[in-house]
Amino acid sequence: MQTFDLEADGLRALNSTLHAQKESTNATAWEIINPKGSHALAVGVDAPLDITVRGSTGYYCAGMNKLATIRIKGNAGPGVAENMMSGSVIIDGDASQYAGATGRGGTLVIKGNAASRCGISMKGIDIIVHGNIGHMSAFMAQSGNLVVCGDAGDALGDSLYEARIFVRGSVRSLGADCIEKEMRPEHIEILRDLLARGECDADPSEFRRYGSARNLYNFNVDNASAY
Amino acid sequence: MCGIVGLFLKDSALEPQLGALLTDMLVTMTDRGPDSAGIAIYGGAEAGKWTITVQSANPDADFATLEADLAAALDAPVKMTIKDTHAVLVLDADKADAARAALKSLRPDLRIMSSGESIEIFKEVGLPADVAARFEVSKMSGSHGIGHTRMATESAITTMGAHPFSTGPDQCLVHNGSLSNHNSLRRRLIREGMTFETENDSEVAAAYLSWKMANGADLGGALEASLDDLDGFYTFVVGTKDGFGVLRDPIACKPAVMAETDQYVAFGSEYRAMVNLPGIETARVWEPEPSTVYFWKH
Amino acid sequence: MTDQSPKIPQTVPRQSATFTNEINSEIRRAAATGIYDIRGGGAKRKVPHFDDLLFLGASISRYPLEGYREKCSTNVTLGTRFAKKPIELDIPVTIAGMSFGALSGNAKEALGRGASLAGTSTTTGDGGMTEEERGHSKTLVYQVLPSRYGMNPDDLRRADAIEVVIGQGAKPGGGGMLLGQKITDRVAEMRTLPKGIDQRSACRHPDWTGPDDLEIKILELREITGWEKPIYVKIGGTRPYYDTTLAVKAGADVVVLDGVQGGTAATRDVFIEHVGLPTLACIRPAVPPLRHSCIHSCGLDTSWHAVRICRAASGLWRDAFTQRASRQVPFIVQAEAGTLCSLS
Repeated sequence: MQTFDLEADGLRALNSTLHAQKESTNATAWEIINPKGSHALAVGVDAPLDITVRGSTGYYCAGMNKLATIRIKGNAGPGVAENMMSGSVIIDGDASQYAGATGRGGTLVIKGNAASRCGISMKGIDIIVHGNIGHMSAFMAQSGNLVVCGDAGDALGDSLYEARIFVRGSVRSLGADCIEKEMRPEHIEILRDLLARGECDADPSEFRRYGSARNLYNFNVDNASAY
Repeated sequence: MCGIVGLFLKDSALEPQLGALLTDMLVTMTDRGPDSAGIAIYGGAEAGKWTITVQSANPDADFATLEADLAAALDAPVKMTIKDTHAVLVLDADKADAARAALKSLRPDLRIMSSGESIEIFKEVGLPADVAARFEVSKMSGSHGIGHTRMATESAITTMGAHPFSTGPDQCLVHNGSLSNHNSLRRRLIREGMTFETENDSEVAAAYLSWKMANGADLGGALEASLDDLDGFYTFVVGTKDGFGVLRDPIACKPAVMAETDQYVAFGSEYRAMVNLPGIETARVWEPEPSTVYFWKH
Repeated sequence: MTDQSPKIPQTVPRQSATFTNEINSEIRRAAATGIYDIRGGGAKRKVPHFDDLLFLGASISRYPLEGYREKCSTNVTLGTRFAKKPIELDIPVTIAGMSFGALSGNAKEALGRGASLAGTSTTTGDGGMTEEERGHSKTLVYQVLPSRYGMNPDDLRRADAIEVVIGQGAKPGGGGMLLGQKITDRVAEMRTLPKGIDQRSACRHPDWTGPDDLEIKILELREITGWEKPIYVKIGGTRPYYDTTLAVKAGADVVVLDGVQGGTAATRDVFIEHVGLPTLACIRPAVPPLRHSCIHSCGLDTSWHAVRICRAASGLWRDAFTQRASRQVPFIVQAEAGTLCSLS
């Protein structure tokens, strides 16, 4: 385990050190101390590193992550794991707005709650939230899975494309073109796998599934106000 | 667009540190607002006394004999403390209105920053660290305070355009965001008798709340009403003599983080602003919901 | 008895300036369908343009150069404010962003080849980076758009500059709709969308709002790419003074201003024609905030020039034109026009 003191050595040194690690590096385990809510920690990592951030982070921690496993032992600020490609990001605490925004792959696990716009424009990422999520989550979500063990806020899945949403608790309201769909056996299996990857022991049968009604897929004047 | 910080103390043992804690929070938010900075501090109210904070572009000339001049005009004692471009005048509460009138005739160019039983506002153009140092904010004590760092969007970068805005006794407001209907609302409030110092959208929000409260609403009710009447993006933090409130617009794009312990309630545009508060590691940290009024009172 | 009075010539009915035949036909169509027209191609109204500019030549106060012997350089360097690897262009005329989907791969290749021959840059557009344009563009600007279609760190690092797109001249503040006929297999795959749908696009970025957040977004992009690449911020022509001021404050290396005549793949006709200011009108108010930040160069960026350059430079152009025409899109290149301003 190599320890990096953000306060002493600074952001640029942190990210350039992480970027310098190739897939074959022996230095795979990293610990970042004194994050103190700083922005852009461990962004653009492109190697199978195991990085632990000891404390809360600011904007865009683990942004565009590839291959790495990044653990945040605290709360995550806005846009955590934005546009993640692969690998995984695990947050012990809560996540601020835009968690996993536009993510294209990998797994994002939030053990606390997520604020608004969780999984906005997601494009293939799997997001598992142990707690609740805020309003406008999965807005324009295109692909991937959003699992919520708690409750969802207003306008869930507004203008949804092909992403799947599973919610165990209540949904305050559904957004335009988002509907509840039948939970068939194959969805239970998908969800079981997601929950296992999300380190969550919830029972898949307790969840409801939401998806796109696909009414906005081709422009129809009768739906003009919903666009 | 801006950085906001706020700290409402529940534990009076922390009161001597209020200024120091707020200064650290304010300076951390420099990136969000490098143009100007300001702070409102609610110190201990002295029974029967009134505090007016004034600002001058020519403090040496304006403040030289102000204490004696105002005392003579009021025929009552006045105590003045000069802090850089600002001066804090403490006088008998029953002379508050007379003092405003006297200041207007004695020093017509002075600008009144705040007026009330316990509020003092200091704000200037410049980096937050410099502004806080000029007014020695870190030495101040009090029960609650609000700070703001400004990145100006459309209105001018001036002292009066800096936040907090105070449009009523012991009231202040800071804002992150931008309002779309401030011009029409300003005209409506002017017809209602409110006065304005700037073209700033945030001042309209402050005046709106003051107007609502002057017409009988409490702060919570005034904030509720603003959800219907203000159009735009906003996160507000407002202060009153004994209270502290937070409101985000229904879309809630602009960031806001809150932390609560047995000792305090804190607000920051980013969590970063709160990392040096005592006990933050174990505080309850959350983001305020959209369209929801949060309010704490002593 | 016969009528001896001379035949009086008739005036034709006077056409209303407000209700022209064209407007009347639009009203009838809207009444029948209940919806606005969606189209691309940029504003068709006449606006002041770079072709209207007149330049001051040399006479007594300034000495002329002997054109064949004495060189007048047109090169510009962009990104010296913060980037480790600024961009060098031979001419300050660049090719603006146009999406893959609106343009074909052949058109992207043609633009890249033409621009490289002319010593200037091309820009990706919504929908991600194609091999055609990366392979054939010496200097390629990669756009970070609200949709983030195809966005990935590898392309970010393969780019020569990064452009955070906040607004577009054709529809500043508006999202848009890419009609289903353009969402082919390849476009759908690049954008992670179902094939053939009418794709809606968002008007705001998904993970930040406002200049205070933008500063942090730019920090992230710089950290991912090792502070090598110039970061452009592209704005539509709306409030150029304030928007340029805020782009500079947020840490842009380059501000790209896109006027109302700029093109788009698709939005409401009324939006294209009536929202935004012409580029020429934007330049004047945008200059003071740049001057405060030591503007180094100010060039012109019109795709009309780009079209000429490309036509002359690349035989592929005709192929690209044919492809576009077969999809019934009126123009090859949307009449993009903007100003590129470099800070340092």
